[in-house]
Amino acid sequence: MRKKSLIIGFLILLFFLHQDFWLKDNPSLVFGFLPATLAYHMFWTVAAAFGWWCLVRFAWPPEFEESDSATSASLPKEGGAEE
Amino acid sequence: MTPVIIVCLYLGLLIILGVVSNRFFRGSPSDYFVASRSMGPFVLFMTVFGTTMTAFAMVGSTGESYRVGVGTYGKIASASALIHSACFFLVGLRLWALGKKHGYMTQIEFFRDRFESRGLGYLLFPILVGLLIPYLLVGLLGAGTVLSGVTRGAFPVAFASTGGSIPPALTSAVISAVVLSYIFMGGVRSAAWANTFQTLVFMLMGLLAFILISTKLGGLSAASQMGDPGKAVRAGNISELQFLTYCLIPLSVGMFPHLFQNCLTSKSSRNFKFMLVAHPISIMITWIPCILIGFWMTGAVIPGTEARIIPEAASPNAVLGIAVGKLATPVISGLVTAGVLAAIMSSLDSQFVSVGTMFTRDIVVHLLGKDRFSDTAMVWLARGFISFIVLVTFLFSLAEPRQVFTLGIWCFSGYASLFPLVFAAIYWKRTTKAGAYAAVVATAVVWFLLFRASDYGANTSYLVGGMMPVVLMFAACVLTLILVSLMTKAPSRRTLVKFFPANKV
Repeated sequence: MRKKSLIIGFLILLFFLHQDFWLKDNPSLVFGFLPATLAYHMFWTVAAAFGWWCLVRFAWPPEFEESDSATSASLPKEGGAEE
Repeated sequence: MTPVIIVCLYLGLLIILGVVSNRFFRGSPSDYFVASRSMGPFVLFMTVFGTTMTAFAMVGSTGESYRVGVGTYGKIASASALIHSACFFLVGLRLWALGKKHGYMTQIEFFRDRFESRGLGYLLFPILVGLLIPYLLVGLLGAGTVLSGVTRGAFPVAFASTGGSIPPALTSAVISAVVLSYIFMGGVRSAAWANTFQTLVFMLMGLLAFILISTKLGGLSAASQMGDPGKAVRAGNISELQFLTYCLIPLSVGMFPHLFQNCLTSKSSRNFKFMLVAHPISIMITWIPCILIGFWMTGAVIPGTEARIIPEAASPNAVLGIAVGKLATPVISGLVTAGVLAAIMSSLDSQFVSVGTMFTRDIVVHLLGKDRFSDTAMVWLARGFISFIVLVTFLFSLAEPRQVFTLGIWCFSGYASLFPLVFAAIYWKRTTKAGAYAAVVATAVVWFLLFRASDYGANTSYLVGGMMPVVLMFAACVLTLILVSLMTKAPSRRTLVKFFPANKV
């Protein structure tokens, strides 16, 4: 539970860090070719992927594992909409 | 001529892929519409990613970066890295489980069942299909402008009226015909296989274009030095409020009917794990080269001259095509163009299958009864409606001068503002049928009023109080959904037990 809360907290924090107002008028080029805001958002994207990896690895909801155990033979007929 | 030959060979390959996938087609609607729910993690990821990356991601992103600078990546792509995966986890995975349990093949089947209403399906159908038309248009327009840019001056006699380039309408027609041919042969399985192949192609070709263009311009550093410094920053191009409110737009993936259908093809929930992690990285790999090319083109000149690569009056849609056409060899130019077309077709195919599925299952079969149609007839009904929608979109493309990026944003805004509906349907027991109706109607009305106020997308800088219009649409949906749901009768116990098993949600 603690791991799950930490990961969700990290993903929410990332959302707030998306607004990089401190770089909005920084024209410098990181590594000589990447505009600063673009370099930041590349790093931010990698951090987002890391956050999702942590969730998949440490906090995957157990009910979906159960759902996978259902065999295709037990599937209902197509189009379950009821009137 | 060489780029055209390469593109033709590529299109031929896709048709062969369609023929091969047809051998696996079992003839049943379940196989045609959701590939018998048999896809593994790699194909699921590639088809979902390929579907979300269209002309918007390659042609649109390059053009928008050229127009408003590198902030384009942050305002839509990096936000998508977090929010798309959140949608797959919070919505896609849950709907996959419900679809598998109750046999849904379309979003509307889920909504009808969850809200105990046939009528809601008839209300949602024209809205979901109507919003898909601009999305299809984005693809057709993107394909037309890119090939037109690459072949500029190549056919001075045959196409004198377009300055020797292949007319965009001809490209749109050929692309539509090729996509139709392979999805007619194998339905969503063909689309998934083609997407997997095409996603690899457009990611590799995007990188190839990036490397070659930067090399021609004297290396990464020299290329970036050529870019307009004013476009290397967000200030003066995108306001902070606009940047913040753009974050709502990626929520659209939670409501795309074609992505819902793609998710249903998954064999197991475990397949979503790979998608959640790989999606953000793949967005970065696809978008960054295009964003940088757009930035470079704001000031780049043809090597050894003072002539700008992009003419002053060029449309942002044409930036990528012109850059590739002027800087790459014909072979590379052909390969990159094939890559761009791959990105476009990998979205069109899923969208085509999705509109066909919705029409067949949510309208025809629902109205007239399933027993009146054989399996073959249902598949042909889907094919017929797909052809009709493609024709309508093609006719729109003949008159449509809008910018790809802007048109995409209006389409995504519509879907994003309906996101609260699907989220509440899954997580809020108290959401009612009346609340769902009110939310859909309010969202559609606000979308239309704002779209009209923007001169139907012609005003590319249209904002409401400095915010993206999606904020108002989203607010209309949330408010009406909550207020009307609280004021009306709760769903039946039977529905609550079906969708909210104890201790699960």
